[in-house]
Amino acid sequence: MSTPVLEARRDSRPPVIAPGHTFETVTDRISRVVLRRGTPRGWIVGFALSFCLMMVLFYSVAALLFRGIGIWGINQPVEWGFDIVNFVWWIGIGHAGTLISAILLLLKQEWRTSINRFAEAMTLFAVACAGLYPVLHLGRPWLAYWLFPYPNTMGMWPQFRSPLIWDVFAVSTYLTVSLMFWFVGLIPDLATLRDRSPSRIGRGVYGILAMGWRGSAKHWHRYETAYLLLAGLSTPLVVSVHTIVSFDFAVSVVPGWHATIFPPYFVAGAIYSGFAMVMTLAIPIRKFYNLEDFLTMRHLDNMARVMLATGLIVAYGYMMETFMAWYGGNPYESFMILNRFGGPYAPQYWLLITCNVVIPQVLWFRRVRASIPALFVVSLIVNLGMWLERYIIIVVSLHRDFLPSSWGMYSGSIYDWSMFVGSIGLFLSLLFLFIRYLPMISIFEMRTLVPGAEVKEETP
Amino acid sequence: MPQVFHRSTNTFSRVSIFGALFFIAAATYGLALINRSAYVTQAGVARAQPIQFSHRHHAGELGIDCRYCHTSVERTASAGVPPTQTCMNCHAQIWVDSPVLEPVRASYRTDTSIRWTRVHDLPDYVYFDHSIHVQKGVGCATCHGRVDQMNLTWQESSLQMEWCLDCHRNPERYVRPRAEVFDMAWEPPANQLDLGRELMRTYKIQRLTDCYTCHR
Repeated sequence: MSTPVLEARRDSRPPVIAPGHTFETVTDRISRVVLRRGTPRGWIVGFALSFCLMMVLFYSVAALLFRGIGIWGINQPVEWGFDIVNFVWWIGIGHAGTLISAILLLLKQEWRTSINRFAEAMTLFAVACAGLYPVLHLGRPWLAYWLFPYPNTMGMWPQFRSPLIWDVFAVSTYLTVSLMFWFVGLIPDLATLRDRSPSRIGRGVYGILAMGWRGSAKHWHRYETAYLLLAGLSTPLVVSVHTIVSFDFAVSVVPGWHATIFPPYFVAGAIYSGFAMVMTLAIPIRKFYNLEDFLTMRHLDNMARVMLATGLIVAYGYMMETFMAWYGGNPYESFMILNRFGGPYAPQYWLLITCNVVIPQVLWFRRVRASIPALFVVSLIVNLGMWLERYIIIVVSLHRDFLPSSWGMYSGSIYDWSMFVGSIGLFLSLLFLFIRYLPMISIFEMRTLVPGAEVKEETP
Repeated sequence: MPQVFHRSTNTFSRVSIFGALFFIAAATYGLALINRSAYVTQAGVARAQPIQFSHRHHAGELGIDCRYCHTSVERTASAGVPPTQTCMNCHAQIWVDSPVLEPVRASYRTDTSIRWTRVHDLPDYVYFDHSIHVQKGVGCATCHGRVDQMNLTWQESSLQMEWCLDCHRNPERYVRPRAEVFDMAWEPPANQLDLGRELMRTYKIQRLTDCYTCHR
């Protein structure tokens, strides 16, 4: 495939790792973030703020447990509100991780190397935030274990015909496999940290986590096999999880939910929001920790392209929803679309279209993709747009039911908002801890990108 | 560089990884056992009562029919706990000076009910009706055991939902002819399944396993 033209084009783009790095500098630069003496002030301030937000979440959850879900804005006819909006939003954000780590690995996209660790961690934390909401939504969260098929005294299984139980399996599988993938990928780096850690505690903790990694050829051989197998396992999960989340809606008969386009449209939306979140987080972090050499403009450019592509699929989804409302000839469907366009939630709908469809079109321009502030702003806008998308899908469809007598309005209560903001706090707190105590970029994989790692055939 | 861990750590980590699987399996099994044990269900535990009333003596040895005291069992949801008057029908004539029966006489004199300790207490979210079970040929002993052999009464069955569903899913294993419902000593015949299916047709017994059958 290496025609001269392609080679030239490829070379004109920024490299995946800045020139001049050796094995030593790569290892040193990344592990220094973890092993340095003293914690940078910026980290302490950031963590403190996130921690406060997390306490807002804990307070809201405690209030919920004491007083019940009546403190939320939900009621008939809008029984799904912020809880499900936030669930879908977070689980969507969690999609970038597996896409980057599994699919891009199998496709041999080496630019993934510097963002995969980070994106996988983000996935785990996002899934943790997501998992919180359906459990709290149960009303009696302490009985959440009823969702699992275990030998209970009721003589019953969960309702396997319900997409809600598929959700339980999809999300828990996703969490388990993502965790395994992340941990397996960390092992060689944990060994590096064990060997370089100046403190006894550090050597002990990283040593336990490294599980006796010595870097022998046998270790590497098994490691590569395991990693590829896990990548193969994760690949279907990239599409399955959000497909099943979309079934929560599509399997029902509610206008605006009952649509066959939902699975692909949800998956594209998930990847869209996932990449937006990776970008939102990567831009400040590379700046703060001076990691521009590893997270280069090439990465940001590629992520912007993925966002543009998935954003167009999402836009196609919006178009098809509108088209089917007319083409399907179902009066309830067409009412639903007209209600989105001009009903009580029309401002939110048009803001969603602006955020998700109109503004991201600037990513077509190379100059925008090369501008860090522009990318940061666009990624934030897409995050907002994807949240609004779930809000529109859930609330607009529910608030105008088949029967006008059961129509109503919905808005989030103070606890809805505090729980949403608080879950961002939980997410950021976990992320700050991750950055401080684990290598946020894969050290050993970055070393393979150093020019010295290239194996050349010896000339006789 | 010195080793961080001793050699024995290898064995320890292998054992703990594989041991965790067995530990989780054993813990699940153990919890399932505890949930079904008499400690949780109180099945088979005789309850102390204000009066040492013996079903064994009254229903077994004397052969008093269940319905003599539990009068409403064929007509209403509750089988009915007899008023003191029912006791006094006999005990105004026999054992009139027995100190054991003093609380009964006191109850009768002061016109206050005897405060029995409830043995079978279904949760409030369960709708249960004795009369329909009696009508469809479920014997007293099927659920309550050989009450005619109990001195102090205990709860024979777990009363857990899987126990209810066992019969609601397969009534043919348990039903008997209506005439035998109050016969404590009735034993299922060898061809119980054939008999059960026949009775299901005759009595129009359905396999009622909808949620709202019991949770209304």
